[in-house]
Amino acid sequence: MNEFLKLAQYPATWIAVTGVVYLLADKLYRLSRYFPLLNPVLVSVLLLIAILKITGVSYATYFAGAKPIHLLLGPATVALAIPLYLNLAKMKQYFIPVSIALLVGASVGIVSVFILGQWFGLSPMTILSFAPKSCTTPIAMALSQEHGGLPALTANAVIVAGIAGAAMAVPLFRLFRIQHEVAQGFALGLASHGVGTARAFQISDTAGAFAGLAMGFNGVVTALILPVLLATWYG
Amino acid sequence: MLYGLSVVFLALVSGEFLRQLFQLPIPAVVIGMLLLTAWCIVRRGVEPRVAYASEGLLRYLGILFVPAGVGLIELGDKLKSQGIAMLLTILISTMVTLLVTGVVLQFLLLRRKEKLNQRAAK
Repeated sequence: MNEFLKLAQYPATWIAVTGVVYLLADKLYRLSRYFPLLNPVLVSVLLLIAILKITGVSYATYFAGAKPIHLLLGPATVALAIPLYLNLAKMKQYFIPVSIALLVGASVGIVSVFILGQWFGLSPMTILSFAPKSCTTPIAMALSQEHGGLPALTANAVIVAGIAGAAMAVPLFRLFRIQHEVAQGFALGLASHGVGTARAFQISDTAGAFAGLAMGFNGVVTALILPVLLATWYG
Repeated sequence: MLYGLSVVFLALVSGEFLRQLFQLPIPAVVIGMLLLTAWCIVRRGVEPRVAYASEGLLRYLGILFVPAGVGLIELGDKLKSQGIAMLLTILISTMVTLLVTGVVLQFLLLRRKEKLNQRAAK
């Protein structure tokens, strides 16, 4: 056991373990033909938690080792500028309707968490962590950190929001007669980021393209309006 | 690769610089992303070396959330006592967001189409 404990302190160990676990989770996801509950991030998180529990290694030890992976999140978020730029051209065609839907949707995504969270008696810190849950994970985590939430809680809330939106979207669209594929895709990308975008591409290429557009711009709009809404709601 | 990565990191650092300078309540990564987008707009295109670096960073975006996500392990008690309330908050909020966005956009798109048709009829 002593030998193992030395290995747990060696930094490369946790980079390797995280990489292998993620590759396995990704393989499982592909084998299941992209079954939403087998989201590779969710499966990797649960598997790693199980590994840490079994081996008795602390989260602090794990995180110290896996930190180089975590640090790449910053530049990767900045790199989202490229798909965002490529989506700008699509925005031109429907500039006014899309801008209005974006502002309304982003606000509803945040304020509904304030209302529901208070109603269900969640702590202010949990509510803060959930407020950016419709954004793409890197932006949501950065916003959570910035405004005093818990990025770990946010990362998982974002995945749940993604899976839930992707699973509920088509029945909801049918029930409420949302038939326009631009509206369908845009709503999916705005409420459920990358997971919703993947689902939208199964509806049609147009739906997928507008989902990607909504995902990118929702991140920006949420970053801009969250401080304002927080100040108004809790000010 | 190094050129592209340097541009991305430079955008990130500039984002942090602007955040500190103007005390903005916006994460440096978001400002950096907007700066890089603006750079593409000014150049009227994506510099291929930057596109290459960005593809490399985004290809395995999922794994980058994992180390922070595992932090859930430290919230065991909170999840036990509030897990259901947390799950319901996220589920209902996502459903409402999805519906409101879809309904609003469809309404606006159909109204615009009607107006265009009316104009064409005249």
